[in-house]
Amino acid sequence: MAKAKNIAEFIIERDEKKCIKCQACVRVCSNDVHNYDEETEEILSDNIKCVGCHFCEDICPTGALTIRRNLSETKENAHWTRDYIYKVVKQASTGGILLTGMGNDRPYKNYFEHIVLNAAQVTNPSIDPLREPMELKTFIGRKPDRIIYDKTRGKYILKERVTNLLELELPVMFSAMSFGSISLNACKSLAKAASASGVYWNTGEGGLHKDLYPYADRAIVQIASGRFGVNVEYLEKAAAVEIKIGQGAKPGIGGHLPGEKVSEEISLTRMIPEGSDAISPAPHHDIYSIEDLRQLIFAIKEATSYRKPVGVKIAAVHNVAPIASGIVRAGADFITIDGIRGGTGAAPVAIRDNVGIPIEIAVAVVDQRLREEGIRNQASIIAAGGFRTSADIVKAIALGADAVYIGTAALIALGCHVCQKCYTGKCNWGIATQDPYLTRRLNPEIGAKRLSNLLRAWALEIKEMLGGMGINAIESLRGNREQLRAVGLNEVELNLLGIKHAGEAW
Amino acid sequence: MAENMVTEYLIIGNSVAGVNCIAGIREMDRDGSIVVISDEDVYNYSRPLISYYLGGRLGIDALSFKNEDFYKDNRVELILGTKAERLDIDRKEVVTSKGVIKFNKLLIATGGRPVIPAIDGYAEDIEGIFTFTNLSDAKRLDGYIKRKNIKKGVILGGGLIGLKCAEGLIERGIQVSIVEMSDRLLSMTLDKDASLFIEEMLKNKKQCDVLTKETVNRIMCDGKLLSGVTLSSGKNIHTELLIIAAGVRPDITLVKDTFIKYNRGILVDEHMRTSVPFIYAAGDVAEGKDMITGNNSVIAIWPVAAKQGKVAGMNMAGSDIIYDGLFPMNAVDIVGVPVISFGITNPSETDGYEIVKERRENIYKKIVLKDNRIVGCIFLGRIERSGIFQGLIKYKIDVSRFKDELLSDDFGLLVLPAEYRKHMVRGEGIEV
Amino acid sequence: MKPRRILIKEEYCIGCRLCEVYCITQHSPSKDIIRTYKGSEVRPVSGIYFEEKGSVSFAIQCRHCDEAPCIENCLTGAMYRDEKTGRVLHNRDKCVGCWMCVMSCPLGVIKIDYEKKKVVSKCDLCIDREFPACVEHCPNEAILLVDEKGERVEKKSG
Repeated sequence: MAKAKNIAEFIIERDEKKCIKCQACVRVCSNDVHNYDEETEEILSDNIKCVGCHFCEDICPTGALTIRRNLSETKENAHWTRDYIYKVVKQASTGGILLTGMGNDRPYKNYFEHIVLNAAQVTNPSIDPLREPMELKTFIGRKPDRIIYDKTRGKYILKERVTNLLELELPVMFSAMSFGSISLNACKSLAKAASASGVYWNTGEGGLHKDLYPYADRAIVQIASGRFGVNVEYLEKAAAVEIKIGQGAKPGIGGHLPGEKVSEEISLTRMIPEGSDAISPAPHHDIYSIEDLRQLIFAIKEATSYRKPVGVKIAAVHNVAPIASGIVRAGADFITIDGIRGGTGAAPVAIRDNVGIPIEIAVAVVDQRLREEGIRNQASIIAAGGFRTSADIVKAIALGADAVYIGTAALIALGCHVCQKCYTGKCNWGIATQDPYLTRRLNPEIGAKRLSNLLRAWALEIKEMLGGMGINAIESLRGNREQLRAVGLNEVELNLLGIKHAGEAW
Repeated sequence: MAENMVTEYLIIGNSVAGVNCIAGIREMDRDGSIVVISDEDVYNYSRPLISYYLGGRLGIDALSFKNEDFYKDNRVELILGTKAERLDIDRKEVVTSKGVIKFNKLLIATGGRPVIPAIDGYAEDIEGIFTFTNLSDAKRLDGYIKRKNIKKGVILGGGLIGLKCAEGLIERGIQVSIVEMSDRLLSMTLDKDASLFIEEMLKNKKQCDVLTKETVNRIMCDGKLLSGVTLSSGKNIHTELLIIAAGVRPDITLVKDTFIKYNRGILVDEHMRTSVPFIYAAGDVAEGKDMITGNNSVIAIWPVAAKQGKVAGMNMAGSDIIYDGLFPMNAVDIVGVPVISFGITNPSETDGYEIVKERRENIYKKIVLKDNRIVGCIFLGRIERSGIFQGLIKYKIDVSRFKDELLSDDFGLLVLPAEYRKHMVRGEGIEV
Repeated sequence: MKPRRILIKEEYCIGCRLCEVYCITQHSPSKDIIRTYKGSEVRPVSGIYFEEKGSVSFAIQCRHCDEAPCIENCLTGAMYRDEKTGRVLHNRDKCVGCWMCVMSCPLGVIKIDYEKKKVVSKCDLCIDREFPACVEHCPNEAILLVDEKGERVEKKSG
């Protein structure tokens, strides 16, 4: 049999009337798609190399370039779609696991798109956030069972000892993305924006680079199975610590940062030899039970003198509610749940696309379970995995989350066009790469500004939505499922989500 | 001018040092009176441009580098056609051809005067013999050429002045013979390779003859009119035009009979002060610091005059600015070949100098190094970005790490040490 | 008056060379990018030197020095300071190609025309527009405009 070739995913259209042959596209493409032929003075573009990152399209000064999806069609077949055919073609030629980046792109039911929000009409007034105060402030961490206070000379004094809480200006944080999986400039952008916007960013399992120390008071640092970059300074400088058990994009799978990406800076930050593979094992080899987890949580709490919240991150899987209950009972101050659409720098396609459960359902069942057990106040719930708009966030909070992590959305603000080629290390936008030629493309000044803009815009929208519901504080929305109604969900789904169908009154 | 004038600042000489002195004074002192005297009668012009005037490329008006407003705006009394004849240090006055000027601070910027070597038969009043250092020389020469319809001339001296003059004459269609005592042209500025390159280019013009290891031994006259010269080889050239461009020497007549110290030029300290604290000197007349050698020497070039004039002016007006020295540098375009040189261009190889050079087609580059620091260079034919080398010389940058790149066509700031480069591109305190 | 000046952040230069494209366009007769490049206009030379080596690159142009040696050493007064804006400008009509400015410029950013014996291009901070074209169009803010105090000047949006 003739060897089948992979087909081009994209077609590059160059409007010759507009192309001025400035060769900016030739110079910037890390995939060598565009080439200038000195002899013919023409620029030729090789479609097959194009990953669809749209960087050249963006940089072209005359708008001469358009990147289109290649519509070359296989025979209509609901089962054997083009994607599946070419996955087989590829594996038949390579014999390897198919890798990918970013989050699950399969058309699983998206519950956010089946949930609608309420608005106040007649019987209660809506609130105009432009005229009246609207509170988005959110606190993450263990809250006391009851409030005990003294009143002396007109002053209230809290008697219960409360662990330091993370104070968020809005219930959105940047999820764990390590220096290594993304560039230092990307980390800087996230860190700067988090500091400027009063939220938190997360180091992932990449350690804390010295350049990021100024933003460490806004950092949640991760301890994962590889324990990379964990030292006393790391724990002391951070605002909170997150033990990472799993990740939505690849539940049950470890991580692997290939040696060629372990540059001097990364090696220093991760505390591993330069050029060596950074392998995060699938499990923590010292955690085989909730009891083991409790030991680690309290080891960290001891190390940080009980001054910092310690949380645990897990992927949303079938048993998520009981696991979450165990985690809270193990002493976690917050629990991060990463849904099936959570992103990654690299994961096997088979895992990313098939393992885990949607975050909407996971949040609802965890919140429900913790409430039923009377321990909901002991830990905050942070939802992660696929949040695209302010409305997604509002819905997640009404389903029971305290705050959400955004990863992909933040990267898109930094330029990412979700081409899913993070694992190649050739990210043209300077995000998922360590190539100094590419990382310089991400100017953290611009990046931080754009991220702050995004947070600001979402905060405004969230306030509008709250006001519409007649609610003036995000606290009043948390777990307030009456504000949600489903459109087109079946009874099992309604039960799990704990919401009524559209049309049902209170 | 009045018989007796009194001024805060007196400047003798109105060329680049004098003009920059005015600017320097005015940066510090907006009000003090400034008087400038000049024995020339043009308000201001660029001496190096007289060859362009001779060649007909520029009119008189185009020779000025500062317009008349400059003097008005800076409230300067400019007294032209007046020669400073005597300096009385005790009385702080200068006796001029038109009266006495009392001053508080004085700048001597009298520049240089041409050297006339001893030649048999030479007399000042022979018609047809010229020097070529100022505009009146050029004007007289121009008039003479027109009047006599000169078609052929001899230039004694193959230095910058001689060559630029030759270029001017060639542009006017005059056949030129350049007589140079040493074995090559521009021997003071360039090295042998570059000299030969220029010589070749000149000879290609077909209107030009270069006679090296030769000098003019005898001048022949027809009455008071030049008729020809005899060279040291015995060769006779019939000519009605001889230009003596055998070099210039600081014009120190004014200080000769005073106790102001001088060597070849007037000795100045790093404030451009002479041995008399209220008297300053700058430009071609001054003997100041050479940054490369660290010794005092006369560097008769425009940038030195400009910088020294400025420093002198500011210090005369009470500032405490230090002239940290410059080094020889020349930019010139000879018969269409652009040439830029800095510092030591032709060292004897035995003194521990290292040389990297490249010659191809119409390009010649040479870098002279000592202890991995650049001390001189020549760029011929291709001169872009050569200014960067000035900084490398000035700041004694260690170039060992990028020695291979020095001759590269895309040599630029990028190969320089990052710290130095950042200092340069940020533009903070760039001053070369 | 001290001029505003251009500051480069070489760590963010992506090497696209669009600064040159926009500099050329801005100094062309039509100031229209397509006409400049595809029409019959004589295309001007950019006032920028682009340097690149490995992963490091930057664009460098005149810094409009306070003590500008190119002005001090210009034999004809062709290089001059614009009193109003403090910019170092070049009058091509007056230039005779003595190359004193080329010799004097510590950044080596003066471009020359060997044929016409003139300085052919140097940054004028975009005489015809409020905001220099290279600064405005640099996609990664690697070329910035700063005021006399060294503080960044941003283009007013809208």
